Amino acid sequence: MGHISQQFFDLGYLDTLASGDSPVHRLDPRVKLITTLAFIATVVSFDKYSISGLIPFAIFPAVQISIAGLPAGYLLKKVLWVSPFAVLVGIFNPLIDQDILLHIGSIGISGGWVSFSSILIRCLLTVTSALILIASTGFDTLCAALQRLGVPRPFVVQLMFLYRYIFVLMDEATRMVRAVSLRSFNSGAMHFRIFVPMMGHLLLRTLDRSQRIHLAMKCRGFDGHIRVIRFMKIRSTDIFFATGCLTFFIVLKYCNISYELGHLITRLIP
Amino acid sequence: MSHHIIQAQDLYYTYPDGTMGLNGVSFRIIHGESVALVGANGAGKSTLLLHLNGSLNPTKGKIRIGDIPLTPKNLKTVRRSVGMVFQDPDDQLFMPTVFDDVAFGPLNLGLSVTEVEHNVMQALETVGVSHLKKRPPFKLSGGEKRSVAIAAVLAVSPDILVMDEPSSNLDPRSRSRLIKLLSAFQHTKIIATHDLDLAMDLCERTIVLHQGAITADGLTRDIFQDEALLSRSGLEKPLRLQGCPICGQRTEFQLRA
Repeated sequence: MGHISQQFFDLGYLDTLASGDSPVHRLDPRVKLITTLAFIATVVSFDKYSISGLIPFAIFPAVQISIAGLPAGYLLKKVLWVSPFAVLVGIFNPLIDQDILLHIGSIGISGGWVSFSSILIRCLLTVTSALILIASTGFDTLCAALQRLGVPRPFVVQLMFLYRYIFVLMDEATRMVRAVSLRSFNSGAMHFRIFVPMMGHLLLRTLDRSQRIHLAMKCRGFDGHIRVIRFMKIRSTDIFFATGCLTFFIVLKYCNISYELGHLITRLIP
Repeated sequence: MSHHIIQAQDLYYTYPDGTMGLNGVSFRIIHGESVALVGANGAGKSTLLLHLNGSLNPTKGKIRIGDIPLTPKNLKTVRRSVGMVFQDPDDQLFMPTVFDDVAFGPLNLGLSVTEVEHNVMQALETVGVSHLKKRPPFKLSGGEKRSVAIAAVLAVSPDILVMDEPSSNLDPRSRSRLIKLLSAFQHTKIIATHDLDLAMDLCERTIVLHQGAITADGLTRDIFQDEALLSRSGLEKPLRLQGCPICGQRTEFQLRA
């Protein structure tokens, strides 16, 4: 459990990264959000067996990481934390789809394995780009950008509060688990009989806290609207970045650069 | 301004589950006074504080803030003049960054962006934490959180400051910094606390609550020397007024007049 809570506090590190300064950090958050969404949509839109077409897309996150000076190792570790979901999605493909699709030397590779790797590559690309977005923008600014883009206010506010209080909630849960483990001397998994009332207790505490927060908000004049000051201005660099990225995605979508490059090389080397 | 006066008349409050919260509380606090509200756990301190800005409505009795009676209609005016600092700063700092949090009140008042920025920076400077403005609240220490919570209340320039346990969970140095900060404020102050030494430092007047009713209301120095009264109300003398445990003698003390 301590391990998980550590992971959550590590999440705060993304915010620290967001306070940096680089050409990527300086881009308008709305532009970054839209290009990242376009990137994710394009990556997801490829057909299930494509691998070579997806590889060039790694350029987008790679360039962003290097310009923004983000720690690639840290981001990859975060991706590994969510990768089990992608693995679960694709794990049965090799069993179901056993038609041989390609040969590497004399080894035949089935369609299932190809689509499974395709899923993993997509997961890697999309999650990395989402993490880069947060690490170069900051969650709060991103929420403000969502609101400016016309996302309904309740969603944005929920997201903002989720991010603000997940740390407090984790802290509370960690303390409870620690209290239980200190007095249940036989180390091992927590018994269901203890886990259920503990979760209930946590829920009650959360409700209590939410009431106090609401009170504090009302005391400071909350009327259903959350107002934040964020100056956002779209400059020429933003437009240049957005058009450049979008053109790049479209080109990659309709022209398989890996294939063309391989084709070119095999032609050059007889 | 007469807004600084708080008057409570015969307040009664019963919680929905039937627990008695307040049992006939009356007092009048005038402009610039600094009043400590002390009492054992469950004496009704927090309940009383929540009445002062209309967060709870008395079952019976009236509250006046300055010239106006506290009714649901003028809640907004009252909440502007009564700034409330909650016990747990995590409840109060709900916005993503320190700046946003302090700006929350002023923005709700409909001030212009430049005015808001000015108020926020001034409030942050008053409590000495302007360097934290871009930080998310979960990365602050307990003392910093408390300071920001106070700044968030100061940003709407209230006339009256109401605080619930301002020194709880603070290390000794943050605590003395807080006392110094609060003593510099000219506001009318109502401080509910278990920290009787803090009460001695900051408040000339003390109201003692016991089981929802006032058992004493008077000069802090008189009340804190009245051992019979304190023990009747479930309290003890402030540490400073107790005998020195090492030399076995009573320490010398000086009370602020």
